[in-house]
Amino acid sequence: MAADDATSTGEPAPLIEFRAVTKIYGAGLAAVSALDGVDLVIQQGEFVAVMGPSGSGKSTAMNILGCLDTPSAGSYRFRGIPVESLDRNQRARLRRHYLGFVFQGFNLLNRTTALENVELPLIYRHTPRAERHARARQALDLVGLTGWERHTPGELSGGQQQRVAIARAIVTQPSLLLADEPTGNLDTARSHEIMELLAGLNREQGITVLMVTHEPDMAEYAHRVIHFRDGRISDA
Amino acid sequence: MIWNAFLLALREIRRNVLRSVLTILGIVIGVAAVIVMVTLGDGATRQVTTQIESLGTNLLMIRVGQHMGPGQSSNAPPFSLADTVAVGRDVPSVRAVAPSASQSMIAIVGNSNWSTSVTGTDNAFFSVRNWTLESGRLFSDGDLQGGRSVCVIGATVRKELFGALDPIGEKIRLKSMACQVIGLLQSKGQSSMGSDQDDLVLMPLRTFQRRIAGNQDVSLIQVSIRDGESTDSAKGDLERLLRERRHIRPGEQDDFSVRDMKEIASMLTGTTQVLTALLTAVAAVSLLVGGIGIMNIMLVSVTERTREIGIRLAIGALEREVLTQFLVEAVALSSLGGILGILLAIGASLGLAPLLNVPFVFNGGIVLLAFCFSAAVGVIFGYFPARRAARLDPIEALRRE
Ligand SMILES: Nc1ncnc2c1ncn2[C@@H]1O[C@H](COP(=O)(O)OP(=O)(O)OP(=O)(O)O)[C@@H](O)[C@H]1O
Ligand SMILES: [Mg+2]
Repeated sequence: MAADDATSTGEPAPLIEFRAVTKIYGAGLAAVSALDGVDLVIQQGEFVAVMGPSGSGKSTAMNILGCLDTPSAGSYRFRGIPVESLDRNQRARLRRHYLGFVFQGFNLLNRTTALENVELPLIYRHTPRAERHARARQALDLVGLTGWERHTPGELSGGQQQRVAIARAIVTQPSLLLADEPTGNLDTARSHEIMELLAGLNREQGITVLMVTHEPDMAEYAHRVIHFRDGRISDA
Repeated sequence: MIWNAFLLALREIRRNVLRSVLTILGIVIGVAAVIVMVTLGDGATRQVTTQIESLGTNLLMIRVGQHMGPGQSSNAPPFSLADTVAVGRDVPSVRAVAPSASQSMIAIVGNSNWSTSVTGTDNAFFSVRNWTLESGRLFSDGDLQGGRSVCVIGATVRKELFGALDPIGEKIRLKSMACQVIGLLQSKGQSSMGSDQDDLVLMPLRTFQRRIAGNQDVSLIQVSIRDGESTDSAKGDLERLLRERRHIRPGEQDDFSVRDMKEIASMLTGTTQVLTALLTAVAAVSLLVGGIGIMNIMLVSVTERTREIGIRLAIGALEREVLTQFLVEAVALSSLGGILGILLAIGASLGLAPLLNVPFVFNGGIVLLAFCFSAAVGVIFGYFPARRAARLDPIEALRRE
């Protein structure tokens, strides 16, 4: 894969490198500048918290970081690969192999058990069935959902769904975990558990974690906090 | 991957059992209709063929004019008894030859009367047409030479005119003549065309010519060929002989026809085949409609599952994988319809065949074809919705509720 070549050549490239990334939604008078010239470098192994008011462009940045979306202008290199130059399927392969997502609104498959939801990314990695089951169970155990494997999202509380979403994101042991408000639906005790979990994954497995949060308590777990305001990074 | 997609598709179908069943109904009916049509058509063809072949593949029919059946406006001269004699004498491959002339008329016994077909012929008729007697006797030389008023009747005529009584020795009135029954034919039942083969009265040709027709005409010569002789070469010999006897110059068309049973069978089954083809076309249209039904439901399904598709794409599914998933789902739906249709058709054919009095002929080819066709319907009509799913933008799809 192209990604492997890029990592193996010369100086180790930073995991994430934003150069003047701009994202504009709409056109003409209705155009909204969700990101406005963002420069950002994140190294492998960091734990970064992203904060900022609603509408400041946090989710937009996460989508671009997650190779789901591309910048309107500027450049984004992931492990040294210019993501703008990749087509849809190549970006899908990047997501499949290096990225784990916890979406702002869980985005679990309805009418599908927690176990099957967690297995989903492994299916697209063509992991053998038995290994898939084992790893999915392990991930559910990690987020404290032992015994809930057979329940569908409709039978789970918001907090439990959130944890299934986290299990699904970490089951592939991605290089980069993107979490958009992973504790948004959890009580304080649970939130701290989740933070411990993310910090542990970051510390022990070297997974780079990028997390959007509104709670300063949670941001404390991160090595570094980035503040967004009106589509820019502010040095608050 | 395909296997996974297949399991996924089955799960999706199970989730919406009622909707799936309604969706594939068009395919079920289409497939079932095609198979039933073809199966019954095959049965009818088989029946006609076997019945005609049971008359003997070595039977040739020689008629005046070029066309089969009634309505021939031929001004060609009829055959004569001399033609019959010449055929028997001059064509070596001929085993037996029977002249005949027929008319339909009312037969009367006491208060009963019955409209039937009266044929003047000779004893060769019985062997040429495989008739055997149930009781009584054939024509004697005296009957034939003297043109005596005697007749052999079929089972239907006996039933209508005599009921259960023994007809031998009784008299039947035909036009102005009274004719003594000397024999009763073994019943043959319905013919493939639905006509009653047992509805006939036979009398010596001379009797018929003198007392009924009032002329010396022979309208039909039936010939049976010796075993092992080729029908084609016999036909050639017969045509040459008759052209000569009827003074047809070289280059002129025959004003008579010599047909073997295969030709007659194919003429009769031709109608069945046209009918089968027509009904099959109608059934194919219903398959098309079924396909559109599947396309419709797949489009609905793609819309309903936009978020699911978004999730799959976001997690790393390739376009191709999403396409495969939806395509397999469409094919699974339509093949399921095909399988149900096949089962329905076999059941219906087994039930209908005896009602329509045709044999059940299992046609594996058409079953396989119908199944492949139904699967193909899934591919064709599932492709567009599947492509739409695969091309969704994951972010847009995730935003959708
Ligand atoms: N698909 C879109 N089309 C048009 N405008 C959009 C779209 N997505 C985001 N925006 C706009 O871009 C801006 C940034 O949105 P974004 O979702 O990134 O904010 P956010 O920081 O994640 O907010 P929140 O904390 O509420 O989740 C907003 O003004 C939003 O209206
Ligand atoms: Mg957001």
